Amino acid sequence: MDINEIIKPENLVYKKTKLFTEKPLSYCPGCGHGTTHRLILEVIEEMGIVSDTIGIAPVGCAVLAYEFMDIDMQQAAHGRAPALATAVKRLMPNKFVFTYQGDGDLAAIGTAETIHACNRGENITMIFINNGIYGMTGGQMAPTTLPGMKTSTSPFGRDVRIMGNPLKITELLANLPGTYYVTRQAVHTPNAVRKAKKAIRNAFEYQKLNKGVSFVEVVSNCNSGWKMTPNDANKWMEENMFPFYPLGDIKVPQLEKA
Amino acid sequence: MGDLKLMKGNEAVAEAAIRAGVDGYFGYPITPQSEVLEHLMANKPYETTGMVVLQAESEVAAINMVYGGASCGRMVMTSSSSPGISLKQEGISYLAGSELPALIVNVVRGGPGLGDIQPSQGDYFQATKGGGHGDYRMYVLAPSSVQEMYDFVKIAFDKAFKYRNPSMILSDGAIGQMMEKVEISEQTPRRTPEEIEKQCPWATVGKPTNRQRNIITSLYLDPYVQEKHVLKIKAKYERMQKEDVLYEKIKCDDAEYILVAYGSSARIAQKTVDIARKQGIKLGLFRPITLFPFPSKELFEVSKHLKGALAVELSTGQMVEDVKLAVECKIPVYHFGRYGGVIHTPVEIFNEFKSKFLGGI
Amino acid sequence: MTEEIIIAGFGGQGVLSMGKILAYSGIMQNQEVSWMPSYGPEMRGGTANVTVILSDERISSPIVSDFDTAIILNQQSMDKFEGSVKKGGVLIYDPNGITRHPTRKDITIYAVEATDEANKMGNTKIFNMIVLGGYLKIKPVVAIDNVIKGLEKSLPKRHHNLIPENKSGILKGMEIVKQK
Repeated sequence: MDINEIIKPENLVYKKTKLFTEKPLSYCPGCGHGTTHRLILEVIEEMGIVSDTIGIAPVGCAVLAYEFMDIDMQQAAHGRAPALATAVKRLMPNKFVFTYQGDGDLAAIGTAETIHACNRGENITMIFINNGIYGMTGGQMAPTTLPGMKTSTSPFGRDVRIMGNPLKITELLANLPGTYYVTRQAVHTPNAVRKAKKAIRNAFEYQKLNKGVSFVEVVSNCNSGWKMTPNDANKWMEENMFPFYPLGDIKVPQLEKA
Repeated sequence: MGDLKLMKGNEAVAEAAIRAGVDGYFGYPITPQSEVLEHLMANKPYETTGMVVLQAESEVAAINMVYGGASCGRMVMTSSSSPGISLKQEGISYLAGSELPALIVNVVRGGPGLGDIQPSQGDYFQATKGGGHGDYRMYVLAPSSVQEMYDFVKIAFDKAFKYRNPSMILSDGAIGQMMEKVEISEQTPRRTPEEIEKQCPWATVGKPTNRQRNIITSLYLDPYVQEKHVLKIKAKYERMQKEDVLYEKIKCDDAEYILVAYGSSARIAQKTVDIARKQGIKLGLFRPITLFPFPSKELFEVSKHLKGALAVELSTGQMVEDVKLAVECKIPVYHFGRYGGVIHTPVEIFNEFKSKFLGGI
Repeated sequence: MTEEIIIAGFGGQGVLSMGKILAYSGIMQNQEVSWMPSYGPEMRGGTANVTVILSDERISSPIVSDFDTAIILNQQSMDKFEGSVKKGGVLIYDPNGITRHPTRKDITIYAVEATDEANKMGNTKIFNMIVLGGYLKIKPVVAIDNVIKGLEKSLPKRHHNLIPENKSGILKGMEIVKQK
């Protein structure tokens, strides 16, 4: 069968959202960033809020997120995305504002901005990619690196007596009064992707309520940083990351009784 | 004439911000500038003009809130004092790199380190030579009265938007804490979202269907692209030098010698000029109002008929370097200052002047 | 006319606010004014002082090292500022708590028993107004009407009911100030 016979509207099973730019994604094959980008853009497209959305890119692998997302975006200094988002939302309360940050950005250098934006209850969405490693700089230890996990700055494995404990920042944030919705998702299987998209949709929808931060952690692999094939990385993630960072909702809105 | 009020310099900055139609202030308390945030919170402009006022968790957060707000084309500002301004330097560099208009007010105190909380001018280098990393400058205004603390807020924002570059008001503890009468201007309404989008077509306010997306970034990974970007920024600084230098000459026309001083030092030096003139000594005062761009050409012109100049500043010798460059070694230039929060008196300056130029006291 | 004044005493005696009222009064009669405080941790309980300048011309330095008038309200300030009064100038002090009285012969010295008088009047809060009255009697740099106008302008409306007692404090100070 000729390929042109297959390319027909009735055979369409997947369509790239038009909010992706034409620039090819620079992420490693198998990495969760690309999928998470897509989910965010699909949600924005489906909600019809392109002209009302401002995204904040971090420092880290997603530093160039604005090259792939065809929406208005700001690029923040390392860790400061929640501060930018705070001002943007307060100055334009009717807009949708989201930050997109990795574990080093959100849970190490930007911990203060993260905690205080969440504690103040800014009406923003925060998307947090947790892969337990610094990807862009070449695989150094992250605040979320697991005990015993090897990185270039913990070459014999993370020894918590020397290097301290991994930080479960999402659980910590769920305890703050200013967070409205806190959930942990993954994007490594079709089922996980469907769930993650629903969570991201919820997070954006909740901005309409002005109730505080909606926070979505996405546990992802970093196959390059972990020095594994994508498949092995996903398996390792299920066996090691998920027990420590269990998937599911951590804080769900208590719907007001009718 | 507007309403006259007795105000502290810090309060004047806050009041000017409200009256100028500023959209947002983000700050963190530090002596001797906390009255800026206090005055704003006491006057609740969020209930009148709709101005956002927020006490941030740190100076770092505050400057990055400014970055976020400026990225939306909003008139946004922060204020702090020396140690806090050091913390903001990264953010200021990003503002310059991303070509964002904003106002930073520094009410300088004694240093280095935690230093003390008394007036100083030790942050001149930091303010005028960049301060943060990379190749950039701010438009730097040095008020020497409470009225100028008020008036310069508007000028600083005008230039910030003209050049898409951060402006700084470089004040000090004396001007921030002292009270003088201030003529309060009429309320300028905040710009509407439509006016902002017209004035700032680059602003990230949500992408409508009829334009390309707007991106605010200072990241250009290709060095040749980055070089082009730096050249674009450099051209702005050259234009500032041509179009927006401000200075004041006091009794310079017939002067044989001058004092060069800015900010609170200029006020004190003015009294030294009075003392000298009473004794028949032809002393004048040249006051740079913009510290960047420095009024080099104008000072050079003045220096042509002089026998010498004494740079007076509350530092171990920072502005004096720009004075020396300006006069191109044609006349002797000396420096006099007190340090670490101590303020020179008019008589001390006069004695130093005499010992340097008139052969002793 | 230029009058350079230092007011010095303990934090909490109303030193800074006395200076502020004086400065506001100057504005009411179209003078140039400056008010330069000592500031910082010493404000609470320690010594506080403020330099006030009233002038018909633009004020150059808000910081001066010698004064036309010194108003001194505690011993530390006496030790610090007696020597800073210009020759022929004026020193006004409240003798309450002063153990070493001023000795200079080249200035005119006045006493205003403001602490005692405020206690007698049963209103310690007007202590600084009594001192101000004493000063204005010796140096009528601003008219009382302008002081009242300045108070109206600087005090929030809810405190305007306090203006009459402030005025009576000023009048009392004018009455009791005497040359030493």
